[in-house]
Amino acid sequence: MQEIQVDKEGAKKYKRKSLIAFLIFFIMIGAAWAGWKWLVTQPLDNGIKGGIPKPLRKVLDINEEVYSGLYSTKHLIKEYPKSAAAKKARVNGNLGLDEETFDASQWKLQIVKSSGDTLFLTLDDIKKMNKIDVVFNFKCIEGWSQITWWSGVRFSDLIKKYGLEKESAMKFVGMKTPDEEYYVGIDMPSILQPQTILCYELNGKPLPMNQGYPLRLIIPVKYGVKHLKRIGTIDFSNTRPPDYWAEKGYDYYTGL
Amino acid sequence: MSVKIVFKHKLATRWMHWVNFPVLTIMIWSGMLIYWANDIYEVKIGNTVLVKFFPEWFYKSLHIPYRLSEGMAFHFVFMWLFMINGLLYVSYTIISGEWRYLLPNKRVFKESWQVILHDLHIRKQAPDQLKYNAAQRLAYTMIIFMGFGSLLTGFAIYKPVQIQWLTNICGGYEAARLEHFLLTVGYVLFFLIHIIQVILAGWNNFRAMIAGFEVIKGDSQSKKI
Repeated sequence: MQEIQVDKEGAKKYKRKSLIAFLIFFIMIGAAWAGWKWLVTQPLDNGIKGGIPKPLRKVLDINEEVYSGLYSTKHLIKEYPKSAAAKKARVNGNLGLDEETFDASQWKLQIVKSSGDTLFLTLDDIKKMNKIDVVFNFKCIEGWSQITWWSGVRFSDLIKKYGLEKESAMKFVGMKTPDEEYYVGIDMPSILQPQTILCYELNGKPLPMNQGYPLRLIIPVKYGVKHLKRIGTIDFSNTRPPDYWAEKGYDYYTGL
Repeated sequence: MSVKIVFKHKLATRWMHWVNFPVLTIMIWSGMLIYWANDIYEVKIGNTVLVKFFPEWFYKSLHIPYRLSEGMAFHFVFMWLFMINGLLYVSYTIISGEWRYLLPNKRVFKESWQVILHDLHIRKQAPDQLKYNAAQRLAYTMIIFMGFGSLLTGFAIYKPVQIQWLTNICGGYEAARLEHFLLTVGYVLFFLIHIIQVILAGWNNFRAMIAGFEVIKGDSQSKKI
């Protein structure tokens, strides 16, 4: 370490320097505190977003751009043998699953096309398509995960089969439960990933009511909050569709 | 009476040290808001829980419950500052040559032991040192690796599909989450020891982290720097 000898005058000079350094130190503490106060008192981002201060939401949206760059539909999630799947899949939340208002015999999947026409599909229509299994580590935004086995049809296959190319050229897909209590918005690249399925079976059996009978979304590149149970309507848009948890302050993208 | 001025910490070092303090505090706080939503870690012997992370009174006193979304928002914004500050520090340490004072050398284990014995008042003489003693070299180098570890395990939990190779290196998704948590416990322990040592080391040492230099009066030449 460098060191110098100083006389009385020099000692005074360094005393002054020390004082200035502490002054700057305290000013910086004040500035940091003021910056924090500013941040936490910023208006919350509302509309289809919401719940957290606007500057934070802005950075999360920039994060999304960074991760969209990382994202590739070729990045597949690791799959497990069926024997590794939990016998009892964890149930976390029942939004949009009201049994009393739901008539399973009347259920049809509604797909709103860009022309404004609506396509109605029965569960049998969907079951006619190529069935695939996805056994993966399901991740909840709360922090837990569980290996589970789901079966259904690829969303991308549905696009091809029903000629929805014009729709799939848009930026987002919106999904709602039949009672519109729960809804999600998902970016197109994620929903076209080959492991994203419209799922009608859990552990080789029809979906239980509390897992979203008759049809739910399984999208392994997202946290569980986006895996909407009991799909009622699907639509397409170039702007972000409403998203239940994003309105409550969660990240919109939530891509894994 | 002669006065000696010893230049100890560079301006850049001091800035990055103090910037890290609030940033890491926010990272740990927001991390706890996230952890609360699935607070499964505890230390157990048989069926007896020794330490539960964390008890209810702890959460309540810090207003942690039901703030997951907020925690995630803060965590994924301030992580960039934590990362940039850390990378700047490492680059600066390498380029400026300060690493020579910081990296452990051949004698580090023996001397660390001597430092510990000295600090516990078991050994009278502290080993000779430059800017940092051997125990400090170990601690300050380790904390940088821990920072890297937090970054890597953090991204392994955060993007386990897109950066799957990283998650695999960490031993899987759940292992990465535990490692991320343990590293944070490590920071808290580091912080506690650090604070005690700074208080014990006294004013001159503390001033050096703010003003950059120590002032040594002629009659205290033998004082530990």
